[in-house]
Amino acid sequence: MGSTNSTLLKIPNVEVLMQETGFSPAHIIRLHDRFKALDKEGRGHLCPHDFGAIKELAMNPIGDRIIGAFFSPGKETVDFHTFVKILAHFRPVDKDRPKEPNSPEPINSRSNKLKFAFQLYDQDKDGKISRDELLQVLRAMLGMQVTDEQLESIADRTIQEADLDRDDTISFEEFRKACKHKRFTMFRFCIRPGERKLMLTLCHWSSELQDQHEL
Amino acid sequence: MELKMFILVLGLLVGSLMPLGGASGSPGSGTGQDECKKNNGDEKNGNKTTKKSFPVLSLNYENVRLPFEISLWVLLASLMKLGFHLMPRLSSIVPESCLLIVVGLLVGGLIKLVGKAPPVLESNIFFFYLLPPIILDAGYFLPIRQFTENLGTILMFAVVGTLWNAFFVGGLLYGVCQLEGTNLAGVNLLSCLLFGSVISAVDPVAVLAVFEEIHINELLHILVFGESLLNDAVTVVLYHLFEEFTNAGTITVTDGFLGIVCFLVVSLGGIVVGAIYGILAAFTSRFTSHTRVIEPLFIFVYSYMAYLSAEVFHLSGIMALIACGAVMRPYVEANISHKSHTTIKYFLKMWSSVSDTLIFIFLGVSTVAGPHEWNWIFVVATLVFCLVARVLGVIGLTFVINKFRIVKLTSKDQFIIAYGGLRGAIAFSLVYLLNPKHFPMRNMFLTAIITVIFFTVFVQGMTIRPLVDLLAVKKKQETKRSINEEIHTQFLDHLLTGIEDICGHYGHHHWKDKLNRFNKKYVKKCLIAGERSKEPQLIAFYHKMEMKQAIELVESGGGSKLPSAMPSTVSMQNIQPKKPPQDRALPQLSKAREEEIRKILRTNLQRTRQRLRSYNRHTLIADPFEDGLDEILIKRKKMKELEKKISQMNNYLTVPAPPADSPSVARARLASDPQAWGLKSVTEIPTIKVELVSPQNPESVKVVDEFSKKGSQPKGSEEEGGLTMRVPSSEKQRKDKTPDEEPQPRFMRCLSDPGPAAEDEDEDEPFLP
Repeated sequence: MGSTNSTLLKIPNVEVLMQETGFSPAHIIRLHDRFKALDKEGRGHLCPHDFGAIKELAMNPIGDRIIGAFFSPGKETVDFHTFVKILAHFRPVDKDRPKEPNSPEPINSRSNKLKFAFQLYDQDKDGKISRDELLQVLRAMLGMQVTDEQLESIADRTIQEADLDRDDTISFEEFRKACKHKRFTMFRFCIRPGERKLMLTLCHWSSELQDQHEL
Repeated sequence: MELKMFILVLGLLVGSLMPLGGASGSPGSGTGQDECKKNNGDEKNGNKTTKKSFPVLSLNYENVRLPFEISLWVLLASLMKLGFHLMPRLSSIVPESCLLIVVGLLVGGLIKLVGKAPPVLESNIFFFYLLPPIILDAGYFLPIRQFTENLGTILMFAVVGTLWNAFFVGGLLYGVCQLEGTNLAGVNLLSCLLFGSVISAVDPVAVLAVFEEIHINELLHILVFGESLLNDAVTVVLYHLFEEFTNAGTITVTDGFLGIVCFLVVSLGGIVVGAIYGILAAFTSRFTSHTRVIEPLFIFVYSYMAYLSAEVFHLSGIMALIACGAVMRPYVEANISHKSHTTIKYFLKMWSSVSDTLIFIFLGVSTVAGPHEWNWIFVVATLVFCLVARVLGVIGLTFVINKFRIVKLTSKDQFIIAYGGLRGAIAFSLVYLLNPKHFPMRNMFLTAIITVIFFTVFVQGMTIRPLVDLLAVKKKQETKRSINEEIHTQFLDHLLTGIEDICGHYGHHHWKDKLNRFNKKYVKKCLIAGERSKEPQLIAFYHKMEMKQAIELVESGGGSKLPSAMPSTVSMQNIQPKKPPQDRALPQLSKAREEEIRKILRTNLQRTRQRLRSYNRHTLIADPFEDGLDEILIKRKKMKELEKKISQMNNYLTVPAPPADSPSVARARLASDPQAWGLKSVTEIPTIKVELVSPQNPESVKVVDEFSKKGSQPKGSEEEGGLTMRVPSSEKQRKDKTPDEEPQPRFMRCLSDPGPAAEDEDEDEPFLP
């Protein structure tokens, strides 16, 4: 795997990256290729415009939020490290990870995944999903086919169901609790960036049914 | 007491079955015909020959024999089912299927004692009449999301697992047959393989019957159940393949290759046939808005036709049925009325339940009846090999599958999957179909199959429940679906699709998203009538929830009509009332208010309790609203909101346009007659007037009572309560309105004419489905 090693060497700080995120070398290379493909002008970092060039993402109702999640507040560009770190949220959870008490939680732990999803709802980053933010999300997902009245009813009901301390917003803890009882796979969300060539032929079942006892 | 009466009835029934069950066909009908001819002859020559006296009471059993017997059997099956649930202790230990087989054995034995030949489970009857309802029920209510998420695993188990089982069992049995000492040398390899292929298929009927009672978690349920459904294609192909080969005599490599092609054709062909009929059914349901009564009929007939069409071409009928049900369901449900939906659900459950019962009873009867040829070695070998093959197969396959799964299958899961591989009536019927000329050892096969079926159903069926408890296997989570769940599911789907796009990875979500888009853009427009085609899934779900809540509210003693779909009705009207700028329309309830609400609810519901038709857990006993208070608060907030909106609407002098009659809203009104809501003005729509006991207005409770007596009440609905529905009558209201609503009533007096309109209630108890 000579070529692999040489590609790996070109990426700065690759060992740190692999350790932090848990991706394997093959995954890192795969993501590096993708990064380079997206970075059409070869600048070494991505800007929102590059993300916007992805067709399907433009059609995605929450596409702009996802793009926004890659850019930390204040920064205009995304370098490879940040790119990989954000994508590391979506790795499958390592069940056999030895639990070291002092090491920080891995990026792809269940609660970090939840936090990531929560941040996508909570645009102003105040730690709570307010009614307006919920309305915005609903509006984005449901498009123009529904009226404000219906949206508001739904938003009200959603907050009613999830809001336990009756402050009319959903905090992270309430969000976590509301998601706990889901029958489906909510927080097994992950994708597996496949090995380079086999990617399209393997079956990637990114969502499986939830094991309640592990939550 | 009940039990004794029940047993008496049962005894009478069985007693009447015996002579009828044994009544032989031809001689009986022959004499019947002779008698008929004689009577005709007599009448013709009536004036010539001596006249027989006019028969006042005559017995002509032969005419009605067939329907009569069928009805008796069905009645017996249903009474049996009834009986088992009267004995709760028994039904908690022994699964129903076992009890039914035992009953079948008893009935068969009784019939034999009388000396007649007990009826055998004819394969035609089984495959054309008894099996389809069960499969349609399974297919229509298949949980699509879980099914597709685990499709790879299910297919692996169904296809590879069944093939492995078939060849393992068949091959080893052949080996056993070749041994010295057994006089089984006449069994050739092909027969063994055929037998292996038939017996290796996990049976959906048996699996359903047992798994439904143990409430196992959804993953395992869908894995075993899905496998039992999808392995039908494999079984059909193998069966026909080996049968053909036995006739032909020799096999070549091309035949093997053709077999594989045949498998693809059978399975995909079955699915395609089912999908075509499903789309036809969905398309037909688009136009049934004026003939709601026959809507369920279309569903059933199209599905049955799908099954039969697939059977014509020797495709997999089961897969056709599943595909038909699964494809048509989302579109049909968007089109049909609520009552049709309920009808379909209950008819399917009823038919599948009766079928299921009859199958097991007949299995028992056939055991007594069937020609048996007991060969210790063969039967025991079959049993052992089946079990071993299943265990090995599951372990091996799981090892491979876990490499691709994110949620791995644990060894507990594997054990349940292996243990849940029950065999059932399909295997029996397939062997019964075999031609004795080509398969001289058919009787031996039958005996062996019955033994395996009995073993799996009795031993495995009975012990699986304690084992599940012992191994602490996760049970099904009975959680209500909430709107939170829906929203987050969709959100995460979008998120994952987006991330996949960023990675350039064409995964599961990417294709699912593409399919959804295609569905929304083209398919829904074709197959769903009217407005609903544009309605997003979330809205549909929300409407459903609202309606359910409304029904619960009514049943627990609330108003007789709750137009809780009103927010959407209001929104669909052309006039958008200008909402006064409020940041929140809902008043915050303080603790004191909550207490007041609880008190009012308690008193009102106690008063209406005598009038309630159905007692369910929503009716009050001591202080049960602790749990449901959240729900009640939501509803009450809605009512207040609604009330405010209606009163604002009345500010306008023009009559708003009639609400667009989207089926969901119509369904919320639970009137299948869309004309009921013609061109009514808003003021005639009843609202719930909830007067809180507030410090300013201590007599408001009394006023409420006053209204309930004077106000218009629809026929026989709940009265005397604080939560009554009545049309806002202007003058009286003015006194009661809290200060902030003062300005509106002045307008209301001009507009509303509550007198005659209030009487004109043509909603007659539409709410109780």
